[in-house]
Amino acid sequence: MEEIQFTVNGILRKIAVDGDRALLWVLRTDLDLTGTKYGCGEGLCGACTVLVDDEAVRSCQTAVREIHGKRVVTIEGLADGGKLHPVQKAFMENDALQCGYCTPGMILQATALLRRNPEPSKADIIDAMDGNLCRCGAHNRIVRAIQAAASEMKGGR
Amino acid sequence: MEPDRESHEHVPGFRVTRREFLKLTGSGILVFFTVGELPFYLQEAEGKPLPEDFNAFLKVGEDGRVSCFTGKIEMGQGVITSLAQELADELDVSLESVNMVMGDTDLCPWDMGTFGSRTTRFFGPPLRAAAAEARAVLLELASERLHVPVRELTVKNGEVFEKARSRNRVSYVRLTRGKRIERHLSKPVKVKDPADFKIMHRPELRRDAPEKVTGKARYAGDIHIPGMLYARILRPPSHSSRLVAVDLSEAEKMEGVRIVRDKNMIAALHPQPDVAEAALRKIKATFETSKSPVNDKTIFDHLLQVAPPGNVLESDGNLQTGKREAKAHFDATYLNSYVAHAPIEPHTATVHLQGNRAMVWPSSQTPFRAKEEAAQALGIRPENVRVISPFVGGGFGGKTRNLQVGEAARLARLTGRPVQAAWSRKEDFFYDSFRPAAVVKIRSGTAEHGNICFWDYHVYFAGDRGAVQFYRIPNHRTVSSGDGWRGTPGSHPFATGAWRAPANNTNTFARESQIDIMAAQARMDPLAFRLKNLTDEKMKRVLKAAAEKFGWKKSPAPSEKGRGIACGTDAGTYVATIAEVEVHKSSGAVSVKRVVSAQDMGLSINPEGATIQMEGCITMGMGYALTEEIHFRGGEILDLNFDTYEIPRFSWLPKIETVVLDNPNSPPQGGGEPAIITMGAVLANAVFDACGARVFQLPMTPERVKEALEVA
Repeated sequence: MEEIQFTVNGILRKIAVDGDRALLWVLRTDLDLTGTKYGCGEGLCGACTVLVDDEAVRSCQTAVREIHGKRVVTIEGLADGGKLHPVQKAFMENDALQCGYCTPGMILQATALLRRNPEPSKADIIDAMDGNLCRCGAHNRIVRAIQAAASEMKGGR
Repeated sequence: MEPDRESHEHVPGFRVTRREFLKLTGSGILVFFTVGELPFYLQEAEGKPLPEDFNAFLKVGEDGRVSCFTGKIEMGQGVITSLAQELADELDVSLESVNMVMGDTDLCPWDMGTFGSRTTRFFGPPLRAAAAEARAVLLELASERLHVPVRELTVKNGEVFEKARSRNRVSYVRLTRGKRIERHLSKPVKVKDPADFKIMHRPELRRDAPEKVTGKARYAGDIHIPGMLYARILRPPSHSSRLVAVDLSEAEKMEGVRIVRDKNMIAALHPQPDVAEAALRKIKATFETSKSPVNDKTIFDHLLQVAPPGNVLESDGNLQTGKREAKAHFDATYLNSYVAHAPIEPHTATVHLQGNRAMVWPSSQTPFRAKEEAAQALGIRPENVRVISPFVGGGFGGKTRNLQVGEAARLARLTGRPVQAAWSRKEDFFYDSFRPAAVVKIRSGTAEHGNICFWDYHVYFAGDRGAVQFYRIPNHRTVSSGDGWRGTPGSHPFATGAWRAPANNTNTFARESQIDIMAAQARMDPLAFRLKNLTDEKMKRVLKAAAEKFGWKKSPAPSEKGRGIACGTDAGTYVATIAEVEVHKSSGAVSVKRVVSAQDMGLSINPEGATIQMEGCITMGMGYALTEEIHFRGGEILDLNFDTYEIPRFSWLPKIETVVLDNPNSPPQGGGEPAIITMGAVLANAVFDACGARVFQLPMTPERVKEALEVA
């Protein structure tokens, strides 16, 4: 057991935990943040994507020790109070989801992209999203949603 | 825990539901109704008694909310939106006031499951009739209240008012207050004419999106009960393995871990799933695996060897006559490999047993079957089990068996604690009921001017759906062997089952490839060849619609443009698809540039939802056409995650265009499956058009394309 300290969705958390445990399970079972999903357990599908210091990481491949002192944002913490993040809003407005299981990971992956590159080309979007799998086939709509969010966020951030 | 031994003849579904429902509902207007075609129900119910009075109902509550109680579930297909549109429109209330209660076995009457593109076709019409009935009751009440004949009243957004004096009005809320009116829908009720639709037949965004983009949407794995244990179960390396020795000692030493051994099941449980997993890894197990010569290469010969005699699905004319008339003969064999469902949410179930009652949250397309299965594993009466369906993270036909429900229930009984059984990705592949490997043999012939004169079709192990051809062929026969997609004993080395548009993907790949081969031999444009050999006006219409959208230019294949065409019917819907591909001749890799698909699905309740389903079908269909294939050695599955099992991803994506032909005066048909059936053939035909290589096996991997190029 070790003491790990990090912020999750703006709240400082100190937990005594085996530092080797995957961030995914600590979020889901210790912190009750179930919006982050298990999909493959090997970093191959992106369903477990969260933001760590604004970067998209695969929480199933991240030992909780590695996030000591860092900022974690999960899908539950993306909206600003009651106001949805532009990427969330764009996913809704473009119907960029079906079963919704990959959606939290998709949204956070896209959010990280737009932070790094506020005006991505379509090729940039495809490149950034290619490791996130969707089985329902919402891909083209997801690309459109990310483009819509990018134009909405332009200058407004 | 003492099993409930009270003698009681169990009748699944409706009696229980009625009792439970009487308990839960307060005042309001309730309309009960029955859905489904009886033969299909009888087959699915596997000999169990069936609901006789109703298996769904709607309630107009005194709180102004309108609720639809249905055994259907939402797994992405979008009926949470389209069913609400139907209900709101017929009842003349706002879409926002409709509440869908789905897949809760205590609140919703019995339903066989959500599959087969059946919800809109068979649940929609009685739901509309029930809503119309409720509206009629409300109008009668309003007539008494307002002292105005019904014919002089109209309704808007749940407010009834006099047409001539709109201030003379009363709301549904006031009319239902303190009343309890029950109606059973027995006779046909007049529903709205399409010209009067206000909410149906208009594009609506998904109603579940707010929960799904914020992480609030709950799936089976998101349920947490205080004291719950997560289970990880020891699995064999192969479907033909037997456990011979096991050493649990290291795992049992782990703090807080519970090891359960019950007959053939060994599980590690812990309040944290990853710790349970770590404990499972410490179990030392030895398995004995019987060798089997069957693998992903030899499976097709094996299937042909073990195939039972076929059933003739249909025939007409005389094949010998047709063969004599033929100027050109064609004889081809088509293969497709095993394909996984691979929903992003693996199979999961959470079970909470308290005394002799239990609650179950499964990822399941068949909640009522899950209820029976949980009851059996728990040793309690089905009436005492309540299944609550959370959102399902993709199903595609794969979440109908509920093995994980039985596992979670059994472990809940053995440990006395709430248990969640959540399969790993590897388990989800290993225990998937794959789309079966299958073989289709076709002999056909053309007479003068490209007229098809005979068609002799035999499908093995795919199933019947989509097997019967629809061209104008004077002499034809269609035969099917292998007892559908589940196969016969000894045929498949592991479980197989329904996979989105079961059987039809295989049958359409074979049929539409063969049609193209005949067109090419006749040096005819593949679209013109189809139109010439079709009398079905609906099929011609969808073909022309797709061709027009695509900008099809006449030319026999191979034109080197890389265009393919294919058509078919599924779940009552007609679909035609045109694709454009590029083939990289040195590697054999196929990249899809553009896909245009047109469908006639009768009345489309939510054109936005229908479009999304088509896009999903096209995207998912590219996978079984190009890469998806389960490799195996006997009962050992070699593809167990997304590294080797490649599903479509962003970088694959073509431009996708869809046309939903407007046909609001015809009954609504299926929408979740049809467009996927054309994807194998349309891409195979496009590959041929690009480079002259005819690929007879799905998926069309680069190796197979290269092989076909060598003989082209």
